[in-house]
Formats: sequence, structure tokens, C-alpha cells
Amino acid sequence: MSYQQQLNDQGFLTTSVDALVNWGRSNAVWPMPMGLACCAIEMMAFAGPKYDASRFGSEVFRFSPRQSDLMIVAGWCTYKMSHAVRRIWDQMPDPKWCIAMGACASTGGMHRCYGVVQGIDNFLPVDVYISGCPPRPETLINALMQIQNKIREYPTTTLDA
Amino acid sequence: MDSNSLVSVIDELRGTFGDAVVEVTVHSGDTFVRVDRARIHDILSHLKHTSRYIYIADLFGIDRFTADDRFEVVYNLVNLAQQHRIFIKTRVTESNPVLPTASDIWSGANWNEREVYDMFGIKFDGHPDMRRIFMPEDFKHFPLRKEFPLLGIPGSIELPNTTPDPE
Repeated sequence: MSYQQQLNDQGFLTTSVDALVNWGRSNAVWPMPMGLACCAIEMMAFAGPKYDASRFGSEVFRFSPRQSDLMIVAGWCTYKMSHAVRRIWDQMPDPKWCIAMGACASTGGMHRCYGVVQGIDNFLPVDVYISGCPPRPETLINALMQIQNKIREYPTTTLDA
Repeated sequence: MDSNSLVSVIDELRGTFGDAVVEVTVHSGDTFVRVDRARIHDILSHLKHTSRYIYIADLFGIDRFTADDRFEVVYNLVNLAQQHRIFIKTRVTESNPVLPTASDIWSGANWNEREVYDMFGIKFDGHPDMRRIFMPEDFKHFPLRKEFPLLGIPGSIELPNTTPDPE
């Protein structure tokens, strides 16, 4: 009988710290809703009972950046607004992730003009881009699952130590 | 709409201000009266206080991109009692884009004039708060002028600093 089996028989589980921490992190991604335009309506549907983000542990929308891990930038962002968005992003504690939701947040979309930032990646580190105008809530769920996969691959102990 | 009384309003304008009424056109059921910029304030004041156009529905600028009299400012006035609408237009030059304010006649013109200033650089004399309304206050350009590029001038509006504050 191996050492691992002996532990398992006594009710212990052997795993790596990375796997345990990332399991916890990836299943409790609390979003910071940065609803700037019509994509925010789809983001609300994503949190609501029909699409039910709580299946992924993300139902807790935090309106305080200090309690959230994931910023969902939903909608077009003007140069004036970009300063507020960046300030909120800077207040979020590490580790944190960012979704650019919809065509406007990803590239400026149809707002191809002087007042709108042509993609929030000009001032935010974006992890997942979502296409669509606006994207359906399923797409946002898919983006969340990609974030979860990214979290699970992150070597937590090595980089955070 | 009783078009006779709109005609009488224009006749009265012509009678009172003479040559200051430059041109009257009717298009798609709307009446446009182009007037001399020197008399614009008197004409607007007359329209409100005598002809009872008590509501300014809109006020906006146009860049005609012509060599002379480049900019046009349009006042969209409504007489609520008689349900009349009249458009008053006046032109200003590129070298001296200044008009008297209408915000002392209709206080609703206040923000519209700030918008026209923000987008075209037309100043309104006597305006209580002639600042930009949409663009950042240190912005140097006028975005709705025809020579302004669609995507703006790179670097003309500051993006946030992407380096976090040192702890």
C-alpha cells in the first residue's frame, strides 16, 4: 500500500497547493460590473436566474472594486470615462482579470470617432475579448469559463510567493 | 398648422427688421429664415416676446466649409400656443466666429451654446459660462469642424496612466 493510499484511507487528500488555490479562485470569480452601455443589459441577464452565473461561482456582483476579481467592461468607453475605469481597475486587489465585452469595448466598434477609446486594451490588460453587438449572455459565460481555465493554469505558488 | 399666421410672423419680421431678414425658404414643411448676424439678438428677442416663440427646441451649428461665412448657427423655435415652428439661421465668418448669446432670452439655450462652442469654436458673447461642455477642458481642437480627422488627433486627449501608483 502506497503512502498516498494510506493517507486517502484516513480521510486525507493529497494535491498541490496550486491546484487547491486555483480551484478556489476559479470557482469564486467575483465580477466588478463596469456597465457602460447596452452590453450591460446582457451582463445583467448573465447574472440573472435564466443564465445563472452562480453555477460558475460568479453571481456575486461587487460594486466595490476592492472585493472583486474580474472586471467586465461592458460597452464603449470614452476618453473621459477611461480615467474612471482605470482608477477602479487600479483599486482591485491582485490577482485580477478583465473581460472586454462586445465590439465596442474590444475595438471601439461602430463608435469610430474621436471621443471613444478604440479598444479598452489601450489602457487595461484584457484577458478575454468577446465579439458581438451586444454578445449574448452565453458568450459571456464562455468568456468566464475561459477566465476560469486561465486561472487554473496560473502557477500560483511560484508567482505569488 | 395654420400657415397664415406663420406668414404673418415673417411679414412682421420683414416689416420690423427690413433687410436684416436675408432669405426665407420652405423645405419639407419647415420654414427657415436666414437673418443678418448683426440683428440676430434683436430678432430672437422679438420672436420670443412679441411672437411668443417661448420654447427653443434646439440650437446647433453647421460647418458649411466655405471660404466666406463658413459657420451657420440654427435656432429651432416653437410657439407652443399656436404650435408653430420656425428655424432662424445666421452665419458667422471663420476669422471672427462670435455671436451674441441667446441664453438671456431662453435660458435653455445655455448648454446648446456651450455645445456649439465645444464642437465648432463659435463663441457666444454675454454667455454666463462659456466653457466646453463635452470635451476635456484642456482640449485644443473643435471636433465637428470639417478639417478635424474622424478618429481625432492622436495624443490630443490623455489616456490614463497604465502604471499603477507606487505603493
